[in-house]
Amino acid sequence: MYYVANIMRSKGDPKIVRSGPRHVPPANRLARSLGWFSIGLGALELFAPRRITRTLGMQGNETLVRAFGLREIFSGIMSLSVDRNAGLWSRVAGDGLDAAALMSAMTRHNPKKHNVALALLMIGGIAMLDYRGAQETARRPQNGRRRLYPDRSGFPKGLAAARDAARKVLSHTKASVS
Amino acid sequence: MKALVWHGKEDIRCDEVTDPQIEDPRDAIIKVTSCAICGSDLHLFHNFIPGMLPGDIMGHETMGEVVETGDGMDGKLKKGDRIVVPFTIICGQCEQCKRGNFSVCETTNRKRHLAEKVFGHTTAGLFGYTHLTGGYPGGQAEYLRVPFADTTHIKIPEGLSDEQVLFLSDIFPTGWQAAAQCDIEPTDTVAIWGCGPVGQMAIRSAILLGANQVIAIDCLPERLSMAEAGGATVIDFKTESVMDRLQELTDGRGPEKCIDATGMESHVMPSQPDTILDRAKQMLMLESDRPHVLREMIYLCRPGGVISIPGVYSGFSDKIPMGALMNKGLTVRTGQTHVNRWTDDLLRRIADGEIDPSFVITHTVDLEHGPEMYRLFRDKQDSCVKVVLKP
Repeated sequence: MYYVANIMRSKGDPKIVRSGPRHVPPANRLARSLGWFSIGLGALELFAPRRITRTLGMQGNETLVRAFGLREIFSGIMSLSVDRNAGLWSRVAGDGLDAAALMSAMTRHNPKKHNVALALLMIGGIAMLDYRGAQETARRPQNGRRRLYPDRSGFPKGLAAARDAARKVLSHTKASVS
Repeated sequence: MKALVWHGKEDIRCDEVTDPQIEDPRDAIIKVTSCAICGSDLHLFHNFIPGMLPGDIMGHETMGEVVETGDGMDGKLKKGDRIVVPFTIICGQCEQCKRGNFSVCETTNRKRHLAEKVFGHTTAGLFGYTHLTGGYPGGQAEYLRVPFADTTHIKIPEGLSDEQVLFLSDIFPTGWQAAAQCDIEPTDTVAIWGCGPVGQMAIRSAILLGANQVIAIDCLPERLSMAEAGGATVIDFKTESVMDRLQELTDGRGPEKCIDATGMESHVMPSQPDTILDRAKQMLMLESDRPHVLREMIYLCRPGGVISIPGVYSGFSDKIPMGALMNKGLTVRTGQTHVNRWTDDLLRRIADGEIDPSFVITHTVDLEHGPEMYRLFRDKQDSCVKVVLKP
């Protein structure tokens, strides 16, 4: 991309000669993959719900599948954003909802219950990835190792001297105005 | 030379780039001796402000030594001078510059057509801060070309360290302007939301301008401890009710003067449900800012008071309580900092030992470690408040 941007720069502006390494933590890469997967699955659920309900023997639940699709897309967008941690936790919660919905289809009368079992198995695997991603992208504030700065007033002559000097200036200004 | 270059959202790299060249007689090139990562650089890191292109060099808090000048310096700047570079590029000749409104200089934005479309009028060119403000390469690099260098500089006398004067480029005058435009009176309580670097400077400025009481609001222990050291009474918004504490500390009247040193990225948490809605809208590109602090300030400021906004907002904010703002007769003052309006006075205060802005520095690293420091600063890891880079 920067080749194009280089062309647009003025004569005296620096242009990239060699790009340095990109710093992307592995957890962010996982979040990115899960985010795109979520958007893809969400789009499928939103636009082809009948295909999904037929495969799972859950005909009549198309509205529910569409709602789940919207949820997946929103979780995906969040997982791709700087708030990836919230996105991944929302995916973990979504996995729970998906599992609950599929469990309700695991009945003796469902001719496609083998597909449902397979879907449940996949959700289990993905939920593990989601959970791992959510754990690893958490911004841990390192409470135990926090440094405090009680000695950094910024006033070399001390806080009291700074306050006194300010008061003097203010009273002087007031006196000269009156 | 090496420089920290923006490649996309959360993607800043230390690249090898060509050296800058003089383009205009009023240009100068400096060898950067110190530069810093600003809180507003994080908005670019998150790609929340439009107008960045891959290959843009970051940074607008820079100082160094002049190594080359154009022919049009008129003796104002020469090789070997040590200067701090204000983040606003100023011509010194237009009507706005003559009035001291340097951050809305009418000349220096070389992509003024973009600014005019977005803001209605052009504003000054800024270093390393999107193509809306000129697309000028920033100062997180080994060398920097300073356009309009004969006016865009603060000459540093001998005897002052880089750390003492570097923040004259942005955060110190920004905190100062935020307090100065509050017109502080000796009986005033000044409440400051956000104890990042600008908030810390605003606290010290409010003290030096004679505020009776300064209250600082944040949730990070290291920042609150630094605020307390600077003379502020602190409120931790994660464990206390900001409204109850402010009422208690002002005998139920509310603070007369409020400063928003947070800007467009208010902390998102369930106890502030509006921030969750804002974040959702931001993600869906239905809103560009999260103005929780602004809403809170309007609600809590004493009627007739002043709201000062140094925090950066990028575009559109929803649900601003205009009814409260109007009926309480609040005055809103904001703007990018007119850096050179304040720097003579602030440099004198530093030289006189009234204040030493270096108190805010918690991390000093070389340029190659810059990309990691962006993440560390963003994630508030290792008690980070301010990062200085040494190219």
